[in-house]
Amino acid sequence: MKNFQQEDQELLHKESGILTAQLQRRSFLQYAGAGAAGIALIAAGCKKDDGSEGLRTDGVNLGSGDVGILNYAYALEQLEAAFYDAVVKTPYSGITAAELSLLTDIRDHELAHREFFKKALATNAIIGLEVDFSSINFTQRASVLATAKAFEDLGVSAYNGAGKLIKSVDYLVLAGKIVSVEARHAALIRDLIENGTFANSEVVDANGLDKARTPSEVLTIASGFIKTKINASNLPS
Amino acid sequence: MNIINILDEIEKVDGEIYERLNPRRAAMKSFYNFGSKMAVAAVPLALGSMFKKAYGQTTSTVIDVLNFALTLEYLEYYFYQQGAATAGLIPVGTPAVSAINTIRDHELAHVNLLKGAITASGGTPVSFVATQFDYTAKSTFPTVFTSYPTFLAVAQAFEDTGVRAYKGQAPALMGSPSVLQTALQIHSVEARHASHIRQMRKAPAGGGVTALKPWITGANDSGVPQVDAVYKGEDNVTQAGINIPSLGVSTAAATESFDEFLVKADVLAIASLFIK
Repeated sequence: MKNFQQEDQELLHKESGILTAQLQRRSFLQYAGAGAAGIALIAAGCKKDDGSEGLRTDGVNLGSGDVGILNYAYALEQLEAAFYDAVVKTPYSGITAAELSLLTDIRDHELAHREFFKKALATNAIIGLEVDFSSINFTQRASVLATAKAFEDLGVSAYNGAGKLIKSVDYLVLAGKIVSVEARHAALIRDLIENGTFANSEVVDANGLDKARTPSEVLTIASGFIKTKINASNLPS
Repeated sequence: MNIINILDEIEKVDGEIYERLNPRRAAMKSFYNFGSKMAVAAVPLALGSMFKKAYGQTTSTVIDVLNFALTLEYLEYYFYQQGAATAGLIPVGTPAVSAINTIRDHELAHVNLLKGAITASGGTPVSFVATQFDYTAKSTFPTVFTSYPTFLAVAQAFEDTGVRAYKGQAPALMGSPSVLQTALQIHSVEARHASHIRQMRKAPAGGGVTALKPWITGANDSGVPQVDAVYKGEDNVTQAGINIPSLGVSTAAATESFDEFLVKADVLAIASLFIK
């Protein structure tokens, strides 16, 4: 935690330059009560976690509080980036130039997300995960796009479910900035599979709401594609 | 210490700070004068009560956010309802018909959901009828219901604005986790709509805007200069102090991979163009 807090302070410093004021940003934010990252992380780190039944307690530990949620997002972005990297390196047979261009864009977005989380987490970042794509036939359009659809819809539901677990305003906004891009991906991939399915009843309910999943639900689905064991038992709930 | 600098810094991440603190900027100027006379040690306490007021999580805050969202959903719903009901606008016998109907139905579902949530919270939902909206935006888009490409261009502006608006309100809902989650679940549906509308505009019948992508590239990629305000700041490439291109992606990809938020005042400025 200590390292992350230091790193976090540095990030905030770089971001705003508020520390140039005589009043230190840290104490300023305590008074401000604006839910700033560093402060929220201290509180979150001390919070007793609960509701983690059914999650494994061995493997790579995502951590607790906002660090845990960021590592959770980092894990999912690693999975997506690795997938699209493989898709772009060995495109499926019959891929059109337009499709390859769109999938390359998505690869770049996921890479940006992955590297962003890695840098933001710094020494608190989990290791690079080992993926298992043995169930995917990368030469086949249907297999690749079905996997892409599953990953994108999963990513959207993961961020939608994680938002309320985030304590820091800054990180909530960042998660919001990423989730809508994942939703844009999801809609595009769905339309590539079958035009008009961008927001069908598979993903949007009668109230017009997209899905939201808990970390436990998401990691259970994702575990079919990740060899590395992940311990999410300390995540907030 | 310089309070004005701090407030200006906050305004960069929270453009509404002045409105939160006091609806009238003039009042803030009197605070500046007050602040300059205060002893440095007293400043944190003054700021504490000031920001508690600004960021306090109250029921009325949540209801205000929900009514703000409801206004936008009404704007969108009546737009699609009118478009779908206008003979000869959406090309008959194409997938566009069901796509527009799907989006219309989602917006109506959002209207009803938000109305219910506001009433359940003890608030009074805002109410709009179709005739209160002017989708030509005071003759900026005179062909909005006669030209299919224009209709889609305005649709894209609405969807991308909606995404940015919900994103901007998330922090105000942190004290109400279930409301926050619902808002996020609407937010991603709006992004799905935006993605699809952008694809529709790429098609020849939709305007043939071939450079358009399902995601937002740079500042205003819509090809419609009149909606610059919708895309203000979307060319940002720095997230939490991290320069995204330095991570190994192009500037275009850096802007695409993070959607930016809009503060309420900016959204209302856009929406008000379409409200009579």
